[in-house]
Amino acid sequence: MVELLQETTTKGHQYEEETCLGQETQAMDIRLNSELFTLTYGALVTQLCKDYENDEEVNKQLDKMGYNIGVRLIEDFLARSSIGRCQDFRETADVISKVAFKMYLGITPSVTNWSPAGDELSLILESNPLVDFVELPDNHSSLVYSNLLCGVLRGALEMVQMAVDVKFAQDTLRGDNVTEIRMKFIKRIEENLPAGDE
Amino acid sequence: MADDVLFEFLHMEMVSHIYKDQASRGEMEKDRATCVSTLEGMGFRVGQGLIERFTKDSPSFKDDLDVMKFICKDFWINVFRKQIDNLRTNHQGTYVLQDNKFALLTQFSNGKQYLEEAPKYLAYSCGLVRGALSNLGMDCVVTAEVSLMPSCKFQVVIQKI
Repeated sequence: MVELLQETTTKGHQYEEETCLGQETQAMDIRLNSELFTLTYGALVTQLCKDYENDEEVNKQLDKMGYNIGVRLIEDFLARSSIGRCQDFRETADVISKVAFKMYLGITPSVTNWSPAGDELSLILESNPLVDFVELPDNHSSLVYSNLLCGVLRGALEMVQMAVDVKFAQDTLRGDNVTEIRMKFIKRIEENLPAGDE
Repeated sequence: MADDVLFEFLHMEMVSHIYKDQASRGEMEKDRATCVSTLEGMGFRVGQGLIERFTKDSPSFKDDLDVMKFICKDFWINVFRKQIDNLRTNHQGTYVLQDNKFALLTQFSNGKQYLEEAPKYLAYSCGLVRGALSNLGMDCVVTAEVSLMPSCKFQVVIQKI
């Protein structure tokens, strides 16, 4: 039976620090909740690994599930942030990293490595809350653990008329220094008005 | 940090995926039970992990009732953002936890609509409770019942060795 190793030892010192500062209940609530999400995600990936024989299939499923979440999450995001329409892809990238990621995962990835045509960029995540207690065993070297994120971005952007291709270029779980998500703008999706509406 | 809405979305998608997946693999009846136990199993693992993190620095509990009160208050607040509304027991190992506005059911309906679908969305939470109690030294069976959404009752029956 294959299992992803989950250690529950990290962030111990941070937990105590928050308590000392006297902001316990609020910080504890938020922290515990993000652990619920992180641990649930871990259980999900473990289950997918059991259900599907190879990593590629698991990656695909994670992307699909992420897509389904993304098409709904965008509405939640727009409702909470009241951000207006973005003028171009650069602005979109800024909103994604400074507002969306901050709102849902508490991190602000940096936006770099723009392609000369301005249609491809990298999001560099110094830390990734999804992988908090995770280690990949050797026999899952091609598993893209956080692939759900790619699907979420793809689904969310599709709902605002942008077709993008999203994938992980670097992953701390697989030994890289940072986690890098590469996002490429493919095209603008034209809104289709129902026949008879003019 | 990670918004609780993220968990709700993930949970919804998980349930949907498990059921879709089983449906595409064949026989109907057997699969419904498998889906529930898969979700419950996932909840169990997560419940164990969560309770470990949460009670790291707390003193040990006096007795079973103390543990159940902890689950109803602190544990429920941290996982579902509110307390259990009503705890009943027969003092012989059975506890009924009633949540009148269960966080994972509020988006469903305010009454009897979609009642048949509700159990799918409770399996994971039953597992959470069972996992938490298991790591606190209490082996039990947790079931949930819904008669009027979004209120639901979790029944915990402690297994005597």
